[in-house]
Amino acid sequence: MSAPLTDPAALRDPLWLRLGAQLRNLAPFVTLIALVLLFSLLSPSFATLGNVSNILQQVSITAIIAVGLTYVILCAEIDLSVASVANAAGILLAFFTLQDSSVNIANLPLPGPLAMGLALAGALALGAVTAFGVTWIGIPSFIMTLAMLQIGNGIGALLIRGQIAYNVPDLVVALGSGSIGPVPWIVLVAALVLLVGHLVLAYTRFGRYVYMVGGNREAAEHSGVAVKAVVAAVMMISALCSGIAGMLGVAYFGSAQQNQFDNYLLDAISAVVVGGTSLFGGQGGIGNTIVGVLVLGVLNNGLDHIRMDSFLKILIRGLVLLMALVVNVYAQRLRAQRRGIG
Amino acid sequence: MPSEQAPLLELRGVSKRFAGVTALDSVDFTLGRGEIHGLVGENGAGKSTLMKIIAGVHGEYDGEMRLDGRPVRLRSPRDARDAGIGMVHQELSIVPALSVAENVLLGRQPLNRAGLVSWRRMRDQARAQLRELGIEVDPAAPAGALPLGLQQMIELARVLLSGARILILDEPTSALSPPEVETLFTLLERLRASGRSVVFISHFLDDVLRISDNVTVFRNGRRVGASPAREVGKSWLIERMIGGGHERLEESYTDARTLPPRPSTPAVLEAEDLGVAGLFEGASLSIHAGEVVGIYGFMGSGQLELARALSGKLPLDHGTVRVDGQAAKLAGGTPAAKRAGIAFVPESRRAMLFAPEPVYRNISISILERINHFLVRPRREREIAEGHVRRLGVRPARVDLPVGQLSGGNQQKVALARWLTHLPRVLLLSEPTRGMDVGAKDDVVRIVRALRAEGIGILVVSSEPETVLSLADRILVMRRGVLAREFAGEAVGKDRLLEAA
Repeated sequence: MSAPLTDPAALRDPLWLRLGAQLRNLAPFVTLIALVLLFSLLSPSFATLGNVSNILQQVSITAIIAVGLTYVILCAEIDLSVASVANAAGILLAFFTLQDSSVNIANLPLPGPLAMGLALAGALALGAVTAFGVTWIGIPSFIMTLAMLQIGNGIGALLIRGQIAYNVPDLVVALGSGSIGPVPWIVLVAALVLLVGHLVLAYTRFGRYVYMVGGNREAAEHSGVAVKAVVAAVMMISALCSGIAGMLGVAYFGSAQQNQFDNYLLDAISAVVVGGTSLFGGQGGIGNTIVGVLVLGVLNNGLDHIRMDSFLKILIRGLVLLMALVVNVYAQRLRAQRRGIG
Repeated sequence: MPSEQAPLLELRGVSKRFAGVTALDSVDFTLGRGEIHGLVGENGAGKSTLMKIIAGVHGEYDGEMRLDGRPVRLRSPRDARDAGIGMVHQELSIVPALSVAENVLLGRQPLNRAGLVSWRRMRDQARAQLRELGIEVDPAAPAGALPLGLQQMIELARVLLSGARILILDEPTSALSPPEVETLFTLLERLRASGRSVVFISHFLDDVLRISDNVTVFRNGRRVGASPAREVGKSWLIERMIGGGHERLEESYTDARTLPPRPSTPAVLEAEDLGVAGLFEGASLSIHAGEVVGIYGFMGSGQLELARALSGKLPLDHGTVRVDGQAAKLAGGTPAAKRAGIAFVPESRRAMLFAPEPVYRNISISILERINHFLVRPRREREIAEGHVRRLGVRPARVDLPVGQLSGGNQQKVALARWLTHLPRVLLLSEPTRGMDVGAKDDVVRIVRALRAEGIGILVVSSEPETVLSLADRILVMRRGVLAREFAGEAVGKDRLLEAA
């Protein structure tokens, strides 16, 4: 065996070019560190162990949804139905759990594991419909998942009929709102989903196909990759993650009701994009999403700690998303220039 | 009027260089009033460059251009249009969703008194204009729904309506059926009678000789022949287009060859009566084990589309394909074709490579299911890639480099390497040497020979005669969507291929 031919070209490029090429990964990381430093300086209550646990707990649901969304965006698709599917799954779970007589819904009590299974199956069924529409019929995912957003909301509304249901299976209550020692269970679940998401993406054949399909769909097709199957799978994965997040969310919030996940659509998309996963597909990953989720979580929490006007907060989050989009598109262009469009 | 004596358009000593490469070398060209002038030459001979200078696309050049005897310099297509020069490109610029009338009057819609588009006047004007050209078509019909021939007429009408006295047509007949060609020629004759002039660029030498008053031949950026069309024949044109064959190419990259006899090995691919409406019809062919079959045809003749159809990328309207005697279900797309043992390397490198991904991933992508069961094994992928990179002489020989940073020829090698680890039964290569320098072309020839020696069947489709002549053991010629001729076991050169196409 002779010397391996694996010295990367980057070793010979000047420093600024190397950094430029890493812009997509560096910018979110630098932002995160800067935010942590800033809030630590401005507020004594920010950098405490209790608050760290707080932040992690606050971002857990977003993180779980964002894992599925990372797959979708890596494939150069989008899923706007994530929050709505999560809501539907949460409501399904409550629907299949015995509620107080004061809750006036056509409640169908089942054993806890069965209720959980049905809620997940419901989310997956919605994902299957999305996958079918996007791959088989050929509806652009943007518009297909917009329809699915409404359908998910509709199913939830029909089942819960404007009521608030408080009961969910014990296991879900424990995972969503309990903790093991000082660590909330929901953070562990989110960490597990992130880990599995990362392993599949980085180390399996399927994960490689996700990157290739997103990077150059035509080339993937010419290489004999079953592109439609890959796209269908990522839409299903997204629905599965939304389903898990939806069930845990009900326990986390303490109740199931209509529209309770509405903020999570924007949060999850923002997290993926802020983390630096390319909107054009093919570049990024779960590592990026973790950083993105934390940037948003720290920002959200930190602004409260320095007593920022909560109405101004909304605007600030919008501006952060805009900045991330600029970096995202700029990183793409830099990359294209560097390889001179071969 | 001093211009009465001068020709309508005259170019003297025009030269054009691109990044040190001479595209046109001191060329003269004259176009008279009411003249149809045929322009022929191989790809890259300089025809297009000259026409782009006339049409104002290239404003920077050496030499002189005179219009009506007065020197002019056209710096933009707009300048050219104002001077009465219009061009119809091979790729039409019809807006398919708009109506015929809107397309004809694009950018100059008639307005009513309120300043809004007057649809009634637009229809009337478009109908009148088209009728004047001898075309009867409903101006309200969407242009995209019309046959290609009519779409071309509509584009022609648009150019004429912009006041063009000089009309440049780039390969106008390549996509037309014979009756459509007749309609076009009638129209061109009518234009000639009305005193307008036409430059007719085409690979279809019969068409050129039939319609033109004069013909000019280009080779390597020079004008190598000019004559009244009725005084010369096809062989005169071909002789001048390809020259005396004095420029010796690399050993294996050739423009004339004696083909071997038909192989006695079994057929790996048998295709029967393949057809896709509007692209090709009734195509039947077989490829034997250890044989390279070449299909040559002009741009737009359908040979590239035939390869795409065999790869599962383009759905077939009818026909059957067998690989090793087993029916291949190509309706399942490229994954189905791959399962059947058919691999495809498309003509566009952008359509087959993942530019930001490292070389080794570009090589392993189509064999991942063979080398990994569930988890990827980057080390194994690198090993395989390193072997290929060394064997094929990819430069630089580094498998972690993003493939987008390699040169065109090296990218092509990477694309070929993809199929070397686990051989397909049939390998389809579309324009495998397009845009490469001679050395890289030579490498491709070597790789294809090595693959042939492994006993697989290879199909090469190209619109460059040298590509097919260098690579193929048996050559089919495609002409307007039909496999028109076969060369096997005989001496064949570029002239005979051009003649047959």
